[in-house]
Amino acid sequence: MSVTPATSSHTSQPLGSAFILKKALISALVALVLFSLMIGIRTEAGNQGGLIYWTRFGDLATMVGVVFGGSIIVELLRQWFGPVETDKVVPKPVRAAMSFVGHWLAPALLAFALFVPVIFYHQRYILDLAILVLTYVMLGWGLNVVVGLAGLLDLGYVAFYAVGAYSYALLATNFGLSFWVCLPLAGILASFWGVLLGFPVLRLRGDYLAIVTLAFGEIIRLVITNWQSLTGGPNGVSGIPRPTLFGIPLDNSDDGLAAKLGIEFSPTHRLVFLFYLILAMALLTNWVTIRLRRLPIGRAWEALREDEVACRALGINTTTTKLTAFATGAMFGGFAGAFFATRQGFISPESFTFQESALVLAIVVLGGMGSQLGVALAALAMIGGFELFRGFDQYRMLVFGMAMVILMIWRPRGLVGHRAPTVYLERSEAISSDLVKEGHG
Amino acid sequence: MSDAPILTVEHLMMRFGGIVAVNDLSFNADRRKITALIGPNGAGKTTVFNCITGFYRPSGGAIRLNHDDGRTIHLERLNDFRISKQASVARTFQNIRLFPGMTALENLMVAQHNALMRASGLTVLGLIGAPSWRSAERAAIELARTWLARVGLLDRADDAAGNLAYGDQRRLEIARAMCTEPTLLCLDEPAAGLNARESGALNELLLSIRAEQGTSILLIEHDMSVVMEISDHVVVMDYGVKIAEGTPQAVRDDPKVIAAYLGADEDEAIAVMEKAN
Repeated sequence: MSVTPATSSHTSQPLGSAFILKKALISALVALVLFSLMIGIRTEAGNQGGLIYWTRFGDLATMVGVVFGGSIIVELLRQWFGPVETDKVVPKPVRAAMSFVGHWLAPALLAFALFVPVIFYHQRYILDLAILVLTYVMLGWGLNVVVGLAGLLDLGYVAFYAVGAYSYALLATNFGLSFWVCLPLAGILASFWGVLLGFPVLRLRGDYLAIVTLAFGEIIRLVITNWQSLTGGPNGVSGIPRPTLFGIPLDNSDDGLAAKLGIEFSPTHRLVFLFYLILAMALLTNWVTIRLRRLPIGRAWEALREDEVACRALGINTTTTKLTAFATGAMFGGFAGAFFATRQGFISPESFTFQESALVLAIVVLGGMGSQLGVALAALAMIGGFELFRGFDQYRMLVFGMAMVILMIWRPRGLVGHRAPTVYLERSEAISSDLVKEGHG
Repeated sequence: MSDAPILTVEHLMMRFGGIVAVNDLSFNADRRKITALIGPNGAGKTTVFNCITGFYRPSGGAIRLNHDDGRTIHLERLNDFRISKQASVARTFQNIRLFPGMTALENLMVAQHNALMRASGLTVLGLIGAPSWRSAERAAIELARTWLARVGLLDRADDAAGNLAYGDQRRLEIARAMCTEPTLLCLDEPAAGLNARESGALNELLLSIRAEQGTSILLIEHDMSVVMEISDHVVVMDYGVKIAEGTPQAVRDDPKVIAAYLGADEDEAIAVMEKAN
C-alpha cells in the first residue's frame, strides 16, 4: 500500500510532448461530444410542423480544432510561465529569449517612445492616445512610490491629481502665471496635501488606511464641486492657458512658433510638444524614483513595507518615512495634474472620480508593485488596450475583467513581480516575488 | 568612562488592564558585561524587553541608561524609534524580523539609516550625487561587509534575507542590530532553534562583540548552555517578579530558581537537587 516516490513526482511534474498531445486529444474529444449536438446538427421546426435538420460538420471541425490547438497552447504556457505553485519547465531557447526581451524591453520602449511623434505625425488620434498613456504612466510611477515601495495602500490618489490640475488652472486663470511657474507650485501644493492627509492616517494600517484615503479622494472632489466661488463648481474651469515653449506660444499668431520658424502652422505642433513634455515629465519621475530607491529614504520605504516593527527597532522614524512617501507620490500626481489641465484647457470635478484612482491603482498592481517597467507596460496595456476595444463597446469591460482575472491567476504579483536589489557586493540578482512583502498599509 | 552600570531598572511595573505582567522589578546590567534574563515561559521577560526598547511604555518605575560619555537617558520617557536613535539601544526579536525581500547587504544598509540620512543631506545631497554622500555610502557598505564577514555570511551578501537558513537569519539579525553601533544590545532568545554547533558559534560571536566592540549585552535565553557559558550575571524572573540574581553558578544552585522551572514547591526542589547531587 505504499506510494512510491516515483508516482508522487510523476503527478507534480509537467511532462513532455506526449503528455501535452494526450491532454489536447482528450480535450478535443470532449469538445467533439459536446459540440456534435450543439453545433454539428441544427434543427428547426418546418412549415408543416415537422422537424427539419441539417448538419454543420465544417463548423464542428473548426471548433474541435480550436479546442485542440488551444489546449496545446494553454498547456505550454502553463509549463513555461505557470500559475503559482506549479513546476515550471522552460526550454533553454525560450528562457534565453525571455531574458533577452527582459533586458532590452525598457530601452526599446524608450527609443520607440522618442520616435512616436515622427512615426505617427499624421495620425492625431494615436498621438492623443500616446499622450494619455504617458499621463497614466507618470501617475502610475507616482503612485508606485506610495503603494509599491512604501506598501501604503492609497485609494485616493486622484485627489493629488485634482489638486495639481486645479492649482495650475486657478493660478493661471486668476493671476496669469505661466505653466512653467505653476508646474513646481502644483507639485508643492499637492505634496502639501499629501502631508496633510498623511498625518491623520499614519496610525492606520491596511484596510483602514485604504478607506480613509478613499474618503479623502472623495472629500477633495466634493469640495471642488461645492466651492463654486473659487472653482466654478460642476461647471469647472475653462480657458486654461496652453503651455508655451518658454514663452513662445504654439498657435497661428504672429509671434507663434510656426511664424518665428517660418513654417506653416499646424495644430499637430502643439500635440508633438505636449507629447515630449509629458514624456520628459514621466522620465523625470522615473529617474527620481530610481535614484530615491538607492538612497537611505528609499531603502527605508522598502524596509517599512517589509517590516514596520523592525524599522522602529532600528531607529527609523516611521512617521516621517511614511509622510515623505505620501508627499513624494503626491508631488508627482500634482505634476501630472498640472499637465492634464494644460492639455485639456478645461477641467471639471468629473475628471477626478474614484474610477481614476482605481485605474491608476490597477496599473500599479498589474504592473508589479515596485517595478518601473511593469507599471509602464501595464499603463500601455490598460489605457491602450481600452482604446483598442472601443469598437466592441459592450464587451469592453467583460474582456477587461477576464484579462485581469487571468493575469492575476498567472502572475499574482503583476507583470514584473521580482525586485531588483538597490546595492550589491558581487552580483545583482533579482529577488523572487515570493519573498517580497506587499506591505500592510 | 564611568563604572556605573549601563542599564539600571528600578521598580519597573507593567500592567495590561488588570494583569500585572511585570511587578516591581529592579536590576542592573553592568557595562561591557553580558547579563542574562531568564525565567519560565510567561514570566514577563519579553515584556521587560519591550519596556526597555520602547515598544511598551511602562506603567511605573524607571529605566536609566548610563552612556559611556556620562549622559543618563531615561528610557521610560522615550518611545518607539527614539530608543535606538538617541539612546543607541539595539534589539533583535524572538521571532526573527528581517526584511525578507531585501538582500542581506540591504538589511545592514537599512540599519545604518540615521547615519546615512545625515550623510545624504536628508536626501538632497544624495539626489545630486554629491561626493560626500558617495564616500559615506562606501563607508556604510564597508561596515556592512565587515559585519557580514564577522557572522560568516559574506558569500551570501547578495542573497535575499528570506532565502537564508534559519541559523543564518539569526546571525544576520544580530549583525543588523550591531550595524546601528549600539552601546546596549538586547537579544531576545538568540539561540532559539539553533543546533549545538550553531549555538556554540553564537556564544563566540557574542563574546567577541563584548570584547571588540565593548558593547554591553542583555539577553533573554532558554538555552542554558548559552546562559551558563557566556553570561556574567543572571537575573531570574517568575510571574513578573525577580526571584533570584547572581552569577550563573549561584543561580543554578538556587532552590527558588529550580522550583520555578520545575513548577514545584521549594522543599520538593531541594529534595530533587539533593538527589541529583
